[in-house]
Amino acid sequence: MKEQDNCKIFQLDKQRILLVSFGQFEKKFLHKIAAAVQPVIGLPVDIESGYTDLSKYYDPARRQYDGNRLIHFIHSEYAFDKRKVIGLFQVDLFIPILTYIIGQAIYKGNAGVVSFFRLKNELYGLKKDDNLLFERFVKEIVHELGHTMGLIHCYSTICVMRSSTYIEDVDQKEAHFCSKCRQKLDEER
Amino acid sequence: MANNVSLLIVDDEESVRDSLYNWFIEDGFKVECAENAKEALAMLEAGHFDIILADIKMPGMDGMEMHRRIRALNPEAIVIIMTAFASVETAVQALKDGAFDYITKPFDPDDLSHLIRNAAKQVEMKVENETLKNRIVSLENIEDIVGTSQAMMKVLKDVESVSQSNSSVIITGESGTGKELIARAIHSNSSRKFFPLVTVHCGALSEDLLESELFGHEKGAFTGAMFNRKGRFEIADGGTIFLDEIATISGKMQIELLRVLESKKFVRVGGNKEIQSDFRVICATNRDLKKMVDEGLFREDLYYRLNVVNISIPSLRERAGDIPLLVNYFIKKYCNSMSRDLISIEPAALNRLEQYDFPGNVRELENMIERAIVVGNGKEIRLKDLPIGTATPGNSADSLAELEKNHIFQTLNRLDWNISRSAKLLKVDRVTLYNKIKKYNLKKSKGK
Repeated sequence: MKEQDNCKIFQLDKQRILLVSFGQFEKKFLHKIAAAVQPVIGLPVDIESGYTDLSKYYDPARRQYDGNRLIHFIHSEYAFDKRKVIGLFQVDLFIPILTYIIGQAIYKGNAGVVSFFRLKNELYGLKKDDNLLFERFVKEIVHELGHTMGLIHCYSTICVMRSSTYIEDVDQKEAHFCSKCRQKLDEER
Repeated sequence: MANNVSLLIVDDEESVRDSLYNWFIEDGFKVECAENAKEALAMLEAGHFDIILADIKMPGMDGMEMHRRIRALNPEAIVIIMTAFASVETAVQALKDGAFDYITKPFDPDDLSHLIRNAAKQVEMKVENETLKNRIVSLENIEDIVGTSQAMMKVLKDVESVSQSNSSVIITGESGTGKELIARAIHSNSSRKFFPLVTVHCGALSEDLLESELFGHEKGAFTGAMFNRKGRFEIADGGTIFLDEIATISGKMQIELLRVLESKKFVRVGGNKEIQSDFRVICATNRDLKKMVDEGLFREDLYYRLNVVNISIPSLRERAGDIPLLVNYFIKKYCNSMSRDLISIEPAALNRLEQYDFPGNVRELENMIERAIVVGNGKEIRLKDLPIGTATPGNSADSLAELEKNHIFQTLNRLDWNISRSAKLLKVDRVTLYNKIKKYNLKKSKGK
């Protein structure tokens, strides 16, 4: 049922990353994402296409999808054998207390979600920019993986772990960890 | 900072608690959750939380009532009220009850981040403020009172025990022993330390002026009273009033003072409204008040009212062992204030100071050191830099007037009879110096 596709061949490690896509993501694009995430995180990254009926998570009153419930679904269906799993979505996500989320993860857990929806330039009345969209997506995936590995928000303006509630915040930071977060990440492993 | 800030989330909906918990834990806060007001209040009684995020609509006790109870438990707590039902009335009521802010679910992620960042900043400022206040107080106490002699240790012990009470204190001691410093130490170690310490030099004011100064006056109470003015008792509300030279006040003022001390109520000069003020009284005098009572010069009832605790400060000659410490302290103080390198004192000069009687006590020693630094060679204080350097130790038998005369004369000669500079060095005004010159019939020597 699940189609697994290793983006690169790595030696077996204790910990692996799995990116599960829901929605119409091009395979080439997903490979590119995995290849960009892997050197930053320093762990093998696998990709997989996920299948579920997303309508179960749709809230008609808010016209959005429940991020909390999707995280729990990913955790129960995909997070085995110390794998850190991030679900990739095209739809707009929310959690009950917030109007929207770009991504969310279980702190020191094994599951998280990231959505494409709020990262698209078109949403803000700007010209479509696929390169920028790719960069933003990589940053948010790395950010949520950081949380699953025990990192909290960072005050460094360029660190990928900086809290980013607006798209401008995402663009300001870079796709790698600052030295402090990197050190903490190494200690957590 | 977030690492040191603790947060309590109170909401009956599990999904809300979980979402907020995850959101704030990623920001580095210490987060705990409670599902109702009862549980939250129990957690608040058991431990401390800096910020409390509380839902309004909860079964049992609602968030508004819980907020009022939190206020009673900890008035300093930062409470943010949240609800899914926005209403202006509830928001206004929450803010009136002292809530830090009010937020409507669902929140914009950025709004929530800003709100919590501001609240955390307030917590940080509160902690910083407390630290700075404590630092100021400790500086005042430790640095200003110098001495390790047994006599001074007893004074400090008295200061420590009397600080914790609200009793009136009389500080006695010769002129220049540091009575005001002791009053400041009592105040800054008391629970009144964050309120004013108001000092009134009773000896410097006439009876009418003192009355207006202490009680304040209403506009038009007397010629020149153009505006309403608060009196020192009113300004000292919550704090301490220090009445220096209390023995100099007139019989009429003694009666007025007794009445105020008993009722803590008074009326401004020219006014008719009674004003209440909560102050503590510390008095100081260099005279023997008991003797004045016996001679009928000071009211006995006022004396007993004021003399609940008596702290007697020893003269410098009674604690000559503290002189080297005081010399070093004043050298540091004046070298710093004059931006000079730290200098030393030659053994002969220190020896001379230790033998001297110091009728003007610590104040006289301080003036001597300051002057020696000004007129000295900038490397060390020599015997000849001291005004008592050339005199023989036997001059301790001289009268105070004789000493004053010699001191003024030597200062004038040293500064080539420059009146302004001499007055500044002697810490008197020019008129006083001219009067002293006239009084002692001092004349400029030939060749000077």
